[in-house]
Amino acid sequence: MLRLPPLEFNAPTKLSEAVAACSNGGARLVAGGTDLWPNMKRRHQQAEAVVSLMSIDELRRIEQTARGLTIGSTVTLTGVLRNPAVRDRYPGFARAVAAISSPPLRNMGTLGGNLCVDTRCTYYNQTEEWRRSIDYCMKEQGTICWVATNSPRCWAHSASDAAPMLCALGARVKLVSAAGEREIPLADFYRDDGIEYLGMRPGEILTEVFVPNDADSEHCRSAFWKLRRRGSIDFSVLSVAVSLCMAGSNTGSRAAVCLGAVGSSPVAVNAAGELLVGKTIDEDLISAVAHQARKDATPMSNTDFVPAWRGKMAEHYTHAALCEAAGLPVRRQAPKHGLTVV
Amino acid sequence: MVANPKVAALGRGLESEEEYRLIGTAFRRVDGRAKVTGQTQFADDLNFPRMAYVKLVRSTVPHARIRNIDLSAALAMDGVLGTLVGTELPDKFGILPVSEDEHALAVDTVRFVGDPVAAVAAVSEDIAHEAALAVKVEYELLPTISSFDEALKTPEPQMHDYADDGNIHKKVSLKFGDVEEGFEEADVILEDTCYFEGNTHLAMEQHSAVGVPEDEGRVTVYSSTQTPHYVHRALTKVLGLPASRIRVVACSNGGGFGGKSDPFNHEMVVAKLALKLGRPCKVTLTREEVFYCHRGRHPVLMHLRTGFTKDGSITSQHLRTALDGGAFGSYGVASTYYTGALQTTTYRIPNYWFEGARAFTNKPPCGPKRGHGTPQPRFAFEVHLDKAAHHLGIDPAELRLRNLQPPDSVTANWLRIGSIELGECIEAVVRGSVWKERYGKLPEGRGLGLACGAYLCGAGLPIYWNHMPQSGVQIKLDRSGCVAVFCGETEIGQGSDSVLAAIVAEVLGIELEDIRLCVGDTDLTPVDLGSYSSRVTMMVGHAAMQAAERARDTIARAVAAQLEVPETELVFADRRVFPAGDPDSGIDFSAAVVAAEARFGTLGTTGSYIPPRAPGRYRGAGVGPSPTYSYSAAVVEVEVDPQTGVYDCRHVWMAHDIGQAINPVLALGQIEGSIYMGLGEAMMEEQVFRRLPRRLSSALVHKMPSLLEYKSPGFHDMPRMTSYMIESRDERAPMGAKEVGQGPLLPIMPAVANAIFDAVGVRVDQVPATPELILKALEARARGRPARVGPTRFPKVDYGAPVEVPTPEQGGDGRAKHDPKHRGLRSASGTMKDREDALKERRSATLTTA
Repeated sequence: MLRLPPLEFNAPTKLSEAVAACSNGGARLVAGGTDLWPNMKRRHQQAEAVVSLMSIDELRRIEQTARGLTIGSTVTLTGVLRNPAVRDRYPGFARAVAAISSPPLRNMGTLGGNLCVDTRCTYYNQTEEWRRSIDYCMKEQGTICWVATNSPRCWAHSASDAAPMLCALGARVKLVSAAGEREIPLADFYRDDGIEYLGMRPGEILTEVFVPNDADSEHCRSAFWKLRRRGSIDFSVLSVAVSLCMAGSNTGSRAAVCLGAVGSSPVAVNAAGELLVGKTIDEDLISAVAHQARKDATPMSNTDFVPAWRGKMAEHYTHAALCEAAGLPVRRQAPKHGLTVV
Repeated sequence: MVANPKVAALGRGLESEEEYRLIGTAFRRVDGRAKVTGQTQFADDLNFPRMAYVKLVRSTVPHARIRNIDLSAALAMDGVLGTLVGTELPDKFGILPVSEDEHALAVDTVRFVGDPVAAVAAVSEDIAHEAALAVKVEYELLPTISSFDEALKTPEPQMHDYADDGNIHKKVSLKFGDVEEGFEEADVILEDTCYFEGNTHLAMEQHSAVGVPEDEGRVTVYSSTQTPHYVHRALTKVLGLPASRIRVVACSNGGGFGGKSDPFNHEMVVAKLALKLGRPCKVTLTREEVFYCHRGRHPVLMHLRTGFTKDGSITSQHLRTALDGGAFGSYGVASTYYTGALQTTTYRIPNYWFEGARAFTNKPPCGPKRGHGTPQPRFAFEVHLDKAAHHLGIDPAELRLRNLQPPDSVTANWLRIGSIELGECIEAVVRGSVWKERYGKLPEGRGLGLACGAYLCGAGLPIYWNHMPQSGVQIKLDRSGCVAVFCGETEIGQGSDSVLAAIVAEVLGIELEDIRLCVGDTDLTPVDLGSYSSRVTMMVGHAAMQAAERARDTIARAVAAQLEVPETELVFADRRVFPAGDPDSGIDFSAAVVAAEARFGTLGTTGSYIPPRAPGRYRGAGVGPSPTYSYSAAVVEVEVDPQTGVYDCRHVWMAHDIGQAINPVLALGQIEGSIYMGLGEAMMEEQVFRRLPRRLSSALVHKMPSLLEYKSPGFHDMPRMTSYMIESRDERAPMGAKEVGQGPLLPIMPAVANAIFDAVGVRVDQVPATPELILKALEARARGRPARVGPTRFPKVDYGAPVEVPTPEQGGDGRAKHDPKHRGLRSASGTMKDREDALKERRSATLTTA
């Protein structure tokens, strides 16, 4: 089987120890390990020292506060799904998490890990030997982005399902380092670059995720549509996360649509806010937003399915997800999500 | 008084109308408990003292001469025990004698990314892995070929020093009957060009092998192989040792599906390294390496032209195929023939012309996967028939029923057909799916599709020419009452051990737990050719029956003497031997064995099987014959989103003509497994490759050699399944049992395509039928173009002059026209030899040629 290279492994029990271990650089963080370990076995991520966050109790809590729900970064995806507050108040988020990978991997994988998951590309997520045979790529050791050979940038795609949903819900994240801590909107956590896809500063650790009260099911309706080959397991080739707050019967007061897997970061469809807020939401408006979503999406030939079709699907799925959230008829075959939540 | 109406008295034997005691019941498989409790030792579970771990260094370029292999950095590593390069094993091997074109490790040329170049052995897997990465190979690049078309256009440089034509490995043209006249008789002639993408077996167990040096310079190789006998032969050649100094043990396979039917380079390597280092050496492939071993489904482009009368009868067919073979011969010559050979087994085709060609390409070699060469033309044919039914205004089920090949007949290409319950199969799925009320009448987006298939119950000929048995069984009995059964067969998960044990237990009237099996061991067991071509139940079953009947007869003689009753009165059942008329006077089975051992000395019997000779005598007639054939029919229900092309299978109804289920639960597992695999091939699986822009790179790589990105359905992706086993015992088969391992796969792919047509009115003439393709067809229709997606052209291939063979109907003798032994046309009732055979077997209906 594929083997891990030799490495130094530490699992501190206190956040401060982890911060100290990260501050001098070199160490990589690991939580559930469902991303890092296979990547290191294939040798496209390297580390001589790895610091695990899994023994730090304070990162494994879910708390309801006045601001909303606070979820520690190493709460497992199964832990998120089992939390009644998540399921009752943020059903779209629960749906997104339920669509991640498979039950065994959700048992290991964490929310923080999913938000930080490495961008993916079919030229990159390969073994060392395979990548040798294409002379590597820009994201790791090479110079060319094989997805777009004239491109100065890497086009690896964002692979998180939690990210577009939490961005649409207006979630924020807390980052802690030796220099102190800061809190930023999740949307600002990401950069549109396949290599430098996270806006983390050196030595920073993602510790908490805040999901605001005003995005919960009392205030908003959310929907999550994930496109993939198989309902049983697969990364998204497109996901559409919708959060729609209604003032009165059918008038939008806040609307957010965020796309996953069709860019190096979650892609906010700004037209949603511009077109839906203050209006009576009907299918025509939804079609206009969906049309814009297709333009905002940049599906590339770096994952399953052909890009042109994924672009069309961005429009269809945005339409469907918005209709679902708006309570309008959804005339689309529903995606095959992992239905059993626990 | 008859003790048990289910018991057969010896004198009558186990006739086809007999009730069986064990056969046909859902007994627990003999290896089931060991498998679910983890006791079964797969090859990778084996550990030996001082064992070294081996890793292969594989080519990172698609086609090149090897300039230099620098092993120094690897050898300098602590824990590295040794290395191996191709020049140390210069002799070539290959499964077919006509295409022995593989080296254990590349000697001077690499032919695809993944072709092994060197091997390293180390004290741990970690070190072996690091050492393999440290080996530096310098290459001088050669031009590459990535498709059949490119092979056609690039005859030079040749990838191998042999081929029918440039880089076209094999060309076949076989013409049966008067094809042109057949087309003239037709009211309608339909033409289709279809494509079947390549895919791989995806057995859960990755290949693994352990070489163990033994005393006196001998070596044992334990391997996850379906064909220990052929591995034994290849090792003999490559190691240059007498066969008697090499032992091959086939471990239980965690799935095979044809992917472990070739002798493999890694098996040669661990054997050689074991001898070289004097240590046991183990190699276990990574999933990626399994994709490079491949030997999976050939990508095949097909052109089909068929004449029909107004009432739907087929008058003539011309099939052309173009196979992308990959870098080596493997089973490719047989695969090429198989893309045409079984086309005639389901429906009557009076005149038939088959042309096939296989190209060498710089990709992992293709070979046999479940259905070997047959699913591709079956897909084309069944989609083609669906179109014909539509065109002629005949229900697709009815069209097929009208054309059924009769039982006990000989086809235009000289295959002797046994029992056929295809009509029953069609009727079962038609009833089950409420076809008549629902086909063509479901709302937009929902549809039903029907398709059929047929498959071998064992290939009629062995891989290499010989007159010896294709399967042998030895039985050892002694005073313990334990019956030890020795057979070279290989359990690959299909239940062959259970079939073997159940047949012996049935004949001797004992329980499964009274039997000890020793299988798949070239030192200890008689030769069986392996678990491929759905041959095990047929051939091992016959051999086991013969050996068991001989044991039963020996015991019966002793017991008859002891009880002073005629042998023919004796019944073997319930672990006892007793006179049918007086059960209480009988004795226990173990006492019966004691009586026999006392009377005759040490007891042992053998049984063996050679399939009947097929009537075809033309060159190429060796591929296709089988003692009998299995038949299947399926209906698939789909739901398609007409705006996106996204679709889902809702329900599959599958009926299989099995003759007699040895164990209905195991048989059902094979049927459902086939549906599973079939839906994977129909909907998503593809072994595809990527060429980088040539101005920047010469790379030609497998697109995604990983279990995550090679898409195949999981349990949760499966639809509802309803299976029917049509049981009508075939006299040619042991206990009447036909195959079930491969046949039920065949109808699935065309049934899905046909269902998509019923749902949204567009044709997807290729697999996998992906949502993108369906949408493309829907968009084409919206623009007023033909409502189809699929290949539009077939390359110009020079298949050479056809071998012309008169059909039985024309009074042919099975030989080609220009064959010097061809004696011209004879009477319409077949050849003299066939007549003699038929008379000898008292089966006047064997030839139906009127």
